[in-house]
Parts: sequence; C-alpha cells; structure tokens
Amino acid sequence: MTEYLLLRHRNRGEENIADLDTYLSLGGFEAYERVVTTMTPQEVIDIVKASGLRGRGGAGFPTGVKWSFLSDRFPRYVVANSDESEPGTFKDREIMEQNPFQFLEGLMICAYAAQAEVAYNYCRGEFWELTQVLESKVRQLNDRGLLGRRIFDTDYSLQINHHLGAGAYICGEESALLESIEGKLGQPRLKPPFPADRGLYQLPTVVNNTETLTNVPLIISRGPEWYKSIGTEKSCGPKIMCLSGHAKHPGNYETPLGITFRELIFDLAGGIRDDKALKAIMPSGASAPFLPASDEVLDTPLTYEDIPKIGSQLGSASIILLDETVDISWAALKTMKFFEHESCGKCTPCREGTYWMYHLLGRINSDKAEQADVDLLGEVAQQVVGKCLCPLGDFATSAVFSGIELFQQDFNLHIATAVNGKDDSNTK
Amino acid sequence: MTESILVNIDDKEVAVPKGTLVVDAAKRVDNDIPVFCYHPKLDPVGMCRMCLVEVGTPLRDKETGEMMFEENGQPTINWMPNLQTACTMVVSDGMCIRTTTSQVTRARKDVVEFLLTSHPLDCPVCDKGGECPLQNLTMSHGSSESRFLLEEKMNIEKHVPLGDLIFLDRERCIQCARCTRFQDELVGDSVIGFDERGRSLQIITHSDPGFDSYFSGNTTDICPVGALTTTDFRFGARPWELAHTPSVCPHCPVGCNLHINTRRSGQDGNWSIKRVMPRQNEQVNEIWICDKGRFGHHFVNNSDRLTAPMVRRHGELVETSWDVALGLVSEKLQSSNGSIAGIAGERLSNEDLFAFRNLIQVNEGSVSQWPGLLGGGDLVQKVGVGVDTDLAKLGSDTAILVIASDLSEEAPLWWFKVRQAATKLGASLDKSRAALIVANARETKLDKIAKYCVRYNYGDEVRTILALSHAVSDGNTGIMGSIAANDNDDVIAAAKAISAAKNLIIIYGGEGQSYAASNALAQACSNLLIAKGNVGKKDNGLIPVWTHCNTQGAWDMGVKPAGVSATEFVADADVILLAGADPVGDGEPLPENSFVVVSELFKTKTAISADVVLPAQAFVEREGSYTTGDRRVQRFYPALPCSENVLPDWEIFQRIANEMGVGDVSAGPAAVMRQISLQVPQYRDISYENLAAVEEQWPDIGGEDSYYGGTGFQNTGGLGVQTLSLIESGFSVSPGDVDPIGLATGELLGVPVTVLYDRGSTFVKSEIMNSRISDPYIEINVGDALTHNVTDGDMVSLILNGKERELIARVSNDVPQGAVLIPRSMDGPMLRGVVPVNINTIDHGSKE
Amino acid sequence: MSSNTANQTLRTRYSAEVKDILKRYPDDQKRSAVMPLLFLSQKEGLQATVSVMSEIAQILDISITQVASIVGFYTLYYSHSGGKNRIQICTDLPCALRGADDFADKVCEKLGVKLGETTEDGEFTVESVMCLAACDKAPMFQVQNGDGITYHERQTISDVQAVIEQLGNAEIDKSPEGAE
Ligand SMILES: Cc1cc2nc3c(=O)[nH]c(=O)nc-3n(C[C@H](O)[C@H](O)[C@H](O)COP(=O)(O)O)c2cc1C
Ligand code: SF4
Ligand code: FES
Repeated sequence: MTEYLLLRHRNRGEENIADLDTYLSLGGFEAYERVVTTMTPQEVIDIVKASGLRGRGGAGFPTGVKWSFLSDRFPRYVVANSDESEPGTFKDREIMEQNPFQFLEGLMICAYAAQAEVAYNYCRGEFWELTQVLESKVRQLNDRGLLGRRIFDTDYSLQINHHLGAGAYICGEESALLESIEGKLGQPRLKPPFPADRGLYQLPTVVNNTETLTNVPLIISRGPEWYKSIGTEKSCGPKIMCLSGHAKHPGNYETPLGITFRELIFDLAGGIRDDKALKAIMPSGASAPFLPASDEVLDTPLTYEDIPKIGSQLGSASIILLDETVDISWAALKTMKFFEHESCGKCTPCREGTYWMYHLLGRINSDKAEQADVDLLGEVAQQVVGKCLCPLGDFATSAVFSGIELFQQDFNLHIATAVNGKDDSNTK
Repeated sequence: MTESILVNIDDKEVAVPKGTLVVDAAKRVDNDIPVFCYHPKLDPVGMCRMCLVEVGTPLRDKETGEMMFEENGQPTINWMPNLQTACTMVVSDGMCIRTTTSQVTRARKDVVEFLLTSHPLDCPVCDKGGECPLQNLTMSHGSSESRFLLEEKMNIEKHVPLGDLIFLDRERCIQCARCTRFQDELVGDSVIGFDERGRSLQIITHSDPGFDSYFSGNTTDICPVGALTTTDFRFGARPWELAHTPSVCPHCPVGCNLHINTRRSGQDGNWSIKRVMPRQNEQVNEIWICDKGRFGHHFVNNSDRLTAPMVRRHGELVETSWDVALGLVSEKLQSSNGSIAGIAGERLSNEDLFAFRNLIQVNEGSVSQWPGLLGGGDLVQKVGVGVDTDLAKLGSDTAILVIASDLSEEAPLWWFKVRQAATKLGASLDKSRAALIVANARETKLDKIAKYCVRYNYGDEVRTILALSHAVSDGNTGIMGSIAANDNDDVIAAAKAISAAKNLIIIYGGEGQSYAASNALAQACSNLLIAKGNVGKKDNGLIPVWTHCNTQGAWDMGVKPAGVSATEFVADADVILLAGADPVGDGEPLPENSFVVVSELFKTKTAISADVVLPAQAFVEREGSYTTGDRRVQRFYPALPCSENVLPDWEIFQRIANEMGVGDVSAGPAAVMRQISLQVPQYRDISYENLAAVEEQWPDIGGEDSYYGGTGFQNTGGLGVQTLSLIESGFSVSPGDVDPIGLATGELLGVPVTVLYDRGSTFVKSEIMNSRISDPYIEINVGDALTHNVTDGDMVSLILNGKERELIARVSNDVPQGAVLIPRSMDGPMLRGVVPVNINTIDHGSKE
Repeated sequence: MSSNTANQTLRTRYSAEVKDILKRYPDDQKRSAVMPLLFLSQKEGLQATVSVMSEIAQILDISITQVASIVGFYTLYYSHSGGKNRIQICTDLPCALRGADDFADKVCEKLGVKLGETTEDGEFTVESVMCLAACDKAPMFQVQNGDGITYHERQTISDVQAVIEQLGNAEIDKSPEGAE
C-alpha cells in the first residue's frame, strides 16, 4: 500500500542503510550537500514551510514556521527530541536504529537552516545502547567531513553531541528537556519566552522531534510539492503509527497521514488479538481521551484535524488498542500511575492532583469506593485541568474525564462490588 | 522613566509602568492577589498556581489593528479561555483582569485544598501560626472540610535540621521553591535544593556545615508556611505575644535595619530577645539581613556583662556607686592638666562619640578611634558616594571597582547588592548589569561575578590604583603597570571599562594595609574619581569598607584614628579614658602608672586592669544613632529594659562633664543629636524626628498579607537620612598627594584579613553561632605549606614581633605565595599592617 | 572546611572520558555535564555516593546539593544502594495489556524477591518501571548495571533465566582476571 520513506526508505533491496557507505551510495546526504553549498538558510526554511510538515512530537506545530521564529541572536542551538517516553510510542527509536543517517541528515539540515553550529540529540537514558551506536555514526560523519569545520569547503561548521536523559518523561517537554541539558532538574519553564527566543542557555533554539527531522531530507530532495501530495491538506506527509496493546500484530506502521483507524488496525495490523472485539482506542498514548470503538471512530482519518472532532488527539500517533476484556477503570489507573510517577512536582495542581487521582482510582479498583469517590475523582480532575504550568497535568485528566464519561459501567461495576462487600467488611 | 499604561482590574482603571506584572499592578490598588511561589524580589516561576485570574485583552481588527468596540462603546474584550497566573503575566495596554469571579474563587479554593492534602494542620504549634500565608489563605479561600483521606496524607519527617541555624519541617513544605530560588538567584550559594520529584519533592542540603550560607535566615522570612524556621525561634514564642522594636545592626558598616522581637517571660518576668528580623529599607538592606545580624545578638544577655560601676581599692576592683566612681574620674581629669588620652570604639553611637570627644577636648586631651585601622574617613566626607545611590540598581552605565576588600566577609549586604548589580538575577526587570572590577591580591568570592579581576601583590594597592588611573587617562599603564599588577592586560581592560562607564563607584577596604597605606589608597581612589568627574552625584563616589558599624560616625564626630597603636598613643598620658575599646585584649598594653577609666559592656582584659570601670548599655537597651559607610544616619531604639545601674555611654561622659562643671547632662539622646547638628556641618539637617520619618516603599512587605513579601517587617521606625558629601553641598574638592607606601619584605608576610564569623566580643558570645565560628587559624599557600612542612589542619606556632602563638594552619590555593593570612578578631594578634612572620610546625609526636 | 579529601576516581581512572564529556558543552556551562558524569560514575557502581557526588561537584564547580538534586530527580540514578544489576520490567499500560504484570511476578518468583527488592547476594534488584518505548515487543525489561543499559525484548521466563545466568556468570568469568 505505501512506500516506506522514514523507516526503510532507500532500503528497496536488502541493503543496510544504517551503514554509512550504503546510505551514501543511495543518495544519502545529497540534500544536505545541496543545502549547505547552494542554499541560504532562509531558502531552506521556506521550502520546509511550503511542504506543510508538522511536528511529529505531539503538538503538530508547523515546522518551517517554528524555524522562522528564531530571534536574531547568536549562537543558536538545535536539539533533536529523542526522549520518546509517551506510553505506546516507539517510533523514534526504530528510526534511529534502522535509518539513523536520514535522521541525522535532517538534524544537520535543520541546524544549517537555524545557523546553529552545535546540535544536541537528547535521547532518553534508556536508549543507552542505541546512543553508543549513534555516537559512532556521528564520529563517522566527522571523519568524512560531513560534520566538523568548514563543511564542503564552506564557512559552515557543525558539531553534533548526544545528551542522555535519565528516566523522566517530563524531559520530553521541550523546555524541561533544555533544563535537563543545562544540568538542572527536568522541570518545564514558563512560556513565553519560547525556545526560539530563549532556549538552551537562554539562546535561540529549535527543538524538533526525531521523526519530524527525518522527514526533512525527503522534502529537500523531492520538493515540497511532492511532500504536500501525501496525506491530507492539513496533515501532509508520511507518519509512523505506533500500534500497541491488543493488536494482532503490534508494531510501527508507516502510512500517509489520513488513513483511517480501520485501515490501520484491520488491514495493516491484522485486527485484534485472538479476534476479540475492540473496546476502546487510546490514540495518543496515555495523554489523550479514550475513544470508544464505534464505526464513526474507526472510519475517522488519522490526521491532526479529524481526531479532535471525535474528542481526542493524534499526538504522536501512539495508538493503544484495548479489547473487550479490558476494564477501563483499570486502564485509567495504569495511566494515572504513570502520571503520578512522572509529575515533575513543580506546579501544585499536577503534583497533588495526580497523586490524589491515583489514590482514588486505586480505591475504585480495589472495590473500596463509593459513588461519591467516582464523583470526587471527576472533581479533582476538574481542579487540575487548565490550571497547570505545562500540558502534563491536562494530559493526566484525559483518561479520567473520558473514562468516566464513556465507560461509566466499568466504574459502576466496582462500586456495586464495594456496596455488596460492605457487610463483609463490617463483620471483620 | 518607563512608559505608563492603563489596565483595568475588577473594573478599576490603574496606570502602571510598562512591564509590570499583573500581581504587582493589582497590589498597587490594594487588590491582594494571593500568591505562594511569587515573591516580588524573585524571578516569577508561576508554579504554585495560587494567583490564577481571568485575563482579557482588547480585540483588534486583524487588518487595521484598530481596537474594536461593543455597542455600548466599551472595547470588546477577548477573554482567554484558561485562567492565567497573575504572577507571570505582564500587563499590556487595555488589559482587563478579573479577580473576584466564581471561576477565580473556585481556583483559589482548589489550590489551597491541594496544598492542604499534604500539609499538616498543626497551626496551633507552628512558629508561623498567626503570620502564616497558608493559614490566612485557608481562612479566606479554603473549604472547611477535608475531602481527602487522612490515611493517604503524607507522614514524613518534621524536624530536619538543615545545619545548626535552620530547621525544616518536611510535612509543612509546599514546594514553592522560594528558599531555593533565593539562594540560587540572589545569593549564589546553591546549598539547598530539591530532592526527588512529584509529590516527593523535598528540600535537602549536602553542604558542610548544612545550609552553609551567610544569608540562610532570610529563607525563614520568605517561606510562606512554617516549613523553615530558625533554631533560636522554633517553639520560642507565638508571634502575637511579641513586642516589636526597630533597630540597626551593630556588626558592620552597612547598617542593616533590624526588627527586634522581645517577650517577657511568664516565669521570671524578664524580657528577652526572641528573634531579630530584617526591617525593610530598600536603600540599605531591602528586606534582608545576614545571619550575623540575625543570630549575633545573643551577647546582650551574656553573663560577662558589667552590672555596676567599679573602682580599684587596694588592688581590687570593687563595686561602688555612680557618684563615687564619677567623682573619682572627674577629680583625676581635673588634676591631669590635659595629659589625657581618650580612645573610643567604632561601635559607639554618634551621641556617645560626640559626648566623649567633647569631654576630652574640653580638658585639652586628645582622642583617637579604636582600633582605627582604616583611613580615608575625611575623604569619604568629601567625595563619598552620592546621596540616593542604590548599589543593587546600578546598571551597565556604571563601573564598580572593589579594591582590597573581601566584601562578602566584611559587609555581606553590600556584597549582596553589588552581586545584584553585576548579575541582575532575581526579579529585577532591568537586566542591565554594572561592570564589576575586583582588585585584590587573592581570589575572593567576588571574583566569580566580576567582569575583570586585577591581581597585585600585597602592598601594591596604591600603585594599582595609580596604574589604573594612568591607563584611564592615556590608555596604558606605563611604568606603573609593571610595578603594580601582575598582568598589564587586566589593568588595561579594567581601565577601559572604567573609561567607558558614565558612573564610577570605588569601594575600598583595608585588607593587608597599614593605616598610612590605606590613607594613601583612599586618596588615590578619590583622585581617580575626581579626575573622571565621578563625584558629587548619585551612583558615583567613594565607599569605605569600615571594620565597624559606626566608624564613619566616629570620623564625623571628630574621633579619628591615631595611626599608631594604643600603646604608643597613650604613652605619655596621665589619665586614659577608654570607651568600647579593648586594646589590652588585642595585645596593645597600657602604661602601668596611668589612671585608666573604662566604659564597657563586658569584663574585657582592658576593663579588669582598669582603675575605674563604668558599665554601659548595649545598643538594644537604649537609643542612639549610627552612621553607615555610605553616610546614612540611622536611629535605633530601646528594645529591652536595662538595670538603672547601667548607663548609655553618652550619659556617662556627660555626667562626668557635669561633675566637672563643664557641661550639662542633656535631656536625652535627641538633645545630644541637636547639639551635633549645630556643631557638625554635615549633620545640620539631622534630627531625631527626620531620622524617624518613613515613606512608602516598594515592594509592599509585611502588611496584612504576609504572603506577598514574606514576614520581613515594614519600616515604621525610620529610614534614616543620608548626609550630603561636602562636594554635594557645593564645596570644591581637589586631588591630594599620594605617597605609595613601601612594600614590607620578608620570606613570609602576615596579612590581616577580615572574616564575618570572627571571635569579636559581640559575636563570639552568641552561642548559637559557635559551631560556625572557627578556632583561631591562619591560612597559607600550598607551596609555602610544603616548604614549611605544614599540612592542612596542623597546629603551628606563629612568631610575630617576637611573640609566639599557636594556631591552626589552613592550606589553600587562594592564598598568594609568601602571604600568611591572619584573620582579625580571631584571637590571633592584631596586625596594624603587613609584617614579617615566621611559622613552625608544632611537634605532636609525643601526643599518641 | 571542604578540604581536598574528596574522591579522585573519575579524574584519575576516567580522565579521558571526563575530558570528552566536558567538550560537549560550552566552557561556561560545565554544569551541563552533570548527567553524563553521573552515568560515567556508574561504571564503578550504580549508587551515587556522597564521595562520587562531591567529586562531580568539584569537577563542575557546582555544589554537592545541586548534584544530589539531579540524582534525586532522575530515576536512573540512585542515592541508595541496590543490586549490582537492576532488572527493570516495563509494566506500563501497553506492556500490561500483553501480560507484563504476570511476567513481572514470575521474574520475582524466579529470583525469590518482591518488586523493588534485592536478592540476598546483592546481584539483582527487580523493579517495575514506566514505558520503555518497546511496547510492541512486550514483555520486555532492561538491565542496568556498570556496563550501561541493555534491552531484552519479547521475553519468556526462560529467556530471563538465561539473562540472569549470563549476568551472574559474567562476574565469575571476570574474577580470575581480577585475581592476578
Ligand atoms: C509532557 C510532555 C511530554 C512530551 N514528550 C515528548 C517526547 O517524548 N518526544 C517529543 O518529540 N516531543 C514530546 N513532547 C512535545 C515537545 O514539547 C515538543 O513540542 C516537540 O519536541 C516539538 O517537536 P516537533 O515540533 O517536531 O513535534 C512532549 C510534550 C509534553 C508536554
Ligand atoms: S503540569 Fe506536572 S509536569 Fe507540568 S510543570 Fe506542573 S507538575 Fe510539572
Ligand atoms: S503561580 Fe503565581 S504565585 Fe505561584
């Protein structure tokens, strides 16, 4: 159905494009060379703008526009966000394993467009082995003169460094990520100012997701028109869909944006494991509302504009499938455990609210709750939403709101048990 | 002037400067938006979310940019969908803010409830009870019942010492990070921080000793709950039982404004000081004080205090009445035919010093200042820093040169303010930084924030200024450069910064100098200021780092250093009068057969060898005034009752004069000040009334809402008055001759330096600080340590002027080769300049 | 007060690595190197002891407390002692949907500990952790030890057995060398 452009692109035969010579022999780094030797930074930004590429890290912000926001101070920095910690996301890792040079080439083009001479690739700490490999790839690029001083005999110099996180989801949030590179706690900064104005070391900085950057060489070599022809008008280009949970064949599926849930789940991934019925979909990992497995939902295209219409988000397309056996209140508990564990603690509603919601969900799941507890859960979520310093707090409320609203029966079941069990506890 | 814009807060129009935060704008119309993490002195972080408000901006036409209007003529407001934090949002023209809607009320209630889910409700036993923002805000915004399960609340450590001075109650902490941000941004000692994350976030310290910072106590004032408390006040008293008295810190020339809390004991009925806190004076100490000022007051009730007059009978000091004691003194003075020498300490108040000098001069004796180590007070009167200068606010048009002073040890709040000027970290909207130039023979803490560091050899202070002056006038240091500085380039770079700056402030200290050398240094600095035209106006001029709180007052009252040791000064006098001076204790003995009169607080070595001892009141027991290094005259008030048998110094001297028929006892210190204003030209406008005047200060600290600025206290006792320098009063001042003093030579040179936590009599007696006060020590360079076979921590014997003492040796890279740093007031010898010394290791072989 | 008695391990034993790490950041932003230096220090043991933290603080010219804060915030650094090998099983939602909780129980049973505990010989600590970006290959775990972090995906309980044995043996294999 589709051509692989990000994951196994160039790899028509059995070639291993993670090998530099192979990558070069298949036209790798031509886009980079063209950019550095023949184009101005502004021209690069214009092409990326024209392509309609939107950020793949979750928010879907137009990439070219972001680059054009850099304020006029130097030095500048470029940072690849390879923190990939959203539950259900595992695409950036596979890109870096299978197609590291296309990603690095994208990062290098981005650095040129931003006139940055130092770029960081921020990988989550658990990607320790992968980072070792990437560092050796960067050394190869240095040896070939693709990185370093006076690249292609121009005045342009570039250095790529890796910085490892150490187990903190919040460091995926770009300002927390920058704090982390600065050697501080990974806690989000106030915005504005945005990184493009005051980023790393308070200097203008571009932060882009790994997958976003991996698109860039394609856009340069094949042109923005070609790129725009893939996907929908507002969601262009290829996208890696991470399918996990109860899919028959979980994994990364690279498709054009705009295929439907049904096509992805049933045509590409073989349907639901053990041919059970699909109950719910979490389209954006732990962070966005559950979707019930209705026909309307299944026929919705996976785009930035369509999923919000049915009440959720595309995010970075970390699609978790829940079959009919799953108790949604349990799924909400698991989700809340994640947020309670990952709340950085900087702002009050998230720090206290995730803890409180986690305990209420725990009480519900252990059949000790009353209806009042479920109501309280909703109220606590209401106390959190829209009041936090960064989006994590809001994320944490998604599963609560949508869980209670769409799957009330699952919560009710626990309360029924609790009421039934009451006499029991009294006699103890 | 910054542009002013109009905003609308709850339907009230307010004009505020551009760049103002919503929370501050509201404060200006007495709308107290509740805050926890926000503090007007710190950079906003927007993390507690207590200050959420509704914000809207006027809608503008997309094409024309014109404002759009409703039918009723009001601008159409585009309300933001989410509540916004008032502490981070900067006002814009026409912005509308709502603080009383149900949405806002609800949000406040929600945040308070969240905080209380992990906060104990132990207000009845909390030190902050009664002045606690959380308590107050719970009353006004919280809900009455807890919806959270108690068993799921946290149960964590409640009494965690962060060192000896500050205690942490982990349950009470609400993670607002005010304390850590204060330490990071404003002090630069990042010795406390957060451990863990999420709901487990908690404050920790790993420094040794814990919470190792001279400013630690301030965190207890700005902590919006009772999580941080001082060791001496914990459980000491409830805030509402306390009496309040304004005062001034007696420990250094900054003159921080204090607020003294006292309480009468229910058991013995005695009053005692329960705590000392900062009193807001933005020009002086803002809302901060250092720990020496906060904890160093305990000497007052020390058992060594003198309680009654004493005279020597048959070789013994015996208690007597004032009449007898003073009668004896006046008799001796009368019969001495002017062979009188008076020595007065730089700690005495202006009133004391004035009465003292009058008494002695009327009797044709001569007076001198004790210890009188640093020169230049007369130059400060002429070209001292301009009135209204605020060191913290100096910007990029100003250069600050600090020479021969370790400012962080000698005048902590000046260090704090200079650091502000040089870094502009914290809440300052104006991020323009002053160029800080630090000249010293060794590395000091200031170097970290300095733009340029100039290094010289001890003894080359004057020549360094001469070289700089040279470079400022003709771009190179000439021959002076190679003598003065180790690195010509540094001098040139510093001189360039000085030339480029519109304003110049020179702060000079006495490190490593004799009195004569420091006089020459002050003159050289003054000459540079005069030559560049940086005198007689705000943000320009000379600041001396005096060793005591009222050295400038002493100069102004005509009590000047003699330039020689006390022994030499009094050598020929028949009668010696000492007030607040202990030369014997510092190794400068008095002649055996002179008649010695001492007025003192304590049984000092000088006092116990005197012929008459007169007990004096401490600063907290009486009224008086001090003059700061930047010439601000400030009043202090009696905070504790004092035994009638103990008198203020001014009264003692006036009574003696009265006894001799050469003057009357004034009605009180205010009357003495009236005489001063008649006799001392710079003080002509000073009266107790105008010293007590206050005006509104920004930020508004310690009002009803202790949450906004913390529990620091509003100033109701007076802001003091800065005296005009002579040049500001219209006198002309011309440069004077400078005589570069020759270098001392020797293999090892003893160099006097100043440390904050010394063993001075008013400090070492504050027991709470004892663990922070070092045993007597010297500091030497690594290389010298090697040659002399000394390792860090060894006991060594120091031989100086033929006398031997045993001290601990510290070995450090920061000490220049050949120098032995000898801290003042550390039970070591008192040095009046750089002198050759010898050190030997002490053989402890037999010890084990 | 802070005399130069601090640990010198990183600076002597890993001086090339330390230099290399510092090169990645601007000269006036040395603090940035605190995380890589903490990882480097794990070669000598996973626990960030006070002496390790104080050495890093010295290298970077920051306070020990600042280093300790980093150790406290990030989960891959440890202020307390634990097993030489940390077996960290992902039990987050996507993995849990594919049997990770059960799998974790079995691993614990195998090693005779509960989640969060350390085996008596101090070799292994078993923990459950949040999503590791391997959701399609559940059950999975990572092993963190002095050699770094390695992923083990699509695991069965006999696979775990093999990993445990190999890690145990690795120690035994090394010892003759060390004995010389
Ligand atoms: C809590 C939180 C976690 C995030 N985690 C990631 C992440 O793991 N990877 C990522 O690329 N972006 C993540 N983001 C989004 C980033 O903040 C940022 O928007 C993104 O890196 C921008 O890159 P893009 O424009 O290429 O998407 C996260 C955002 C939030 C609020
Ligand atoms: S919302 Fe959560 S993660 Fe974001 S700043 Fe607040 S506490 Fe930290
Ligand atoms: S968020 Fe505004 S005061 Fe804390």
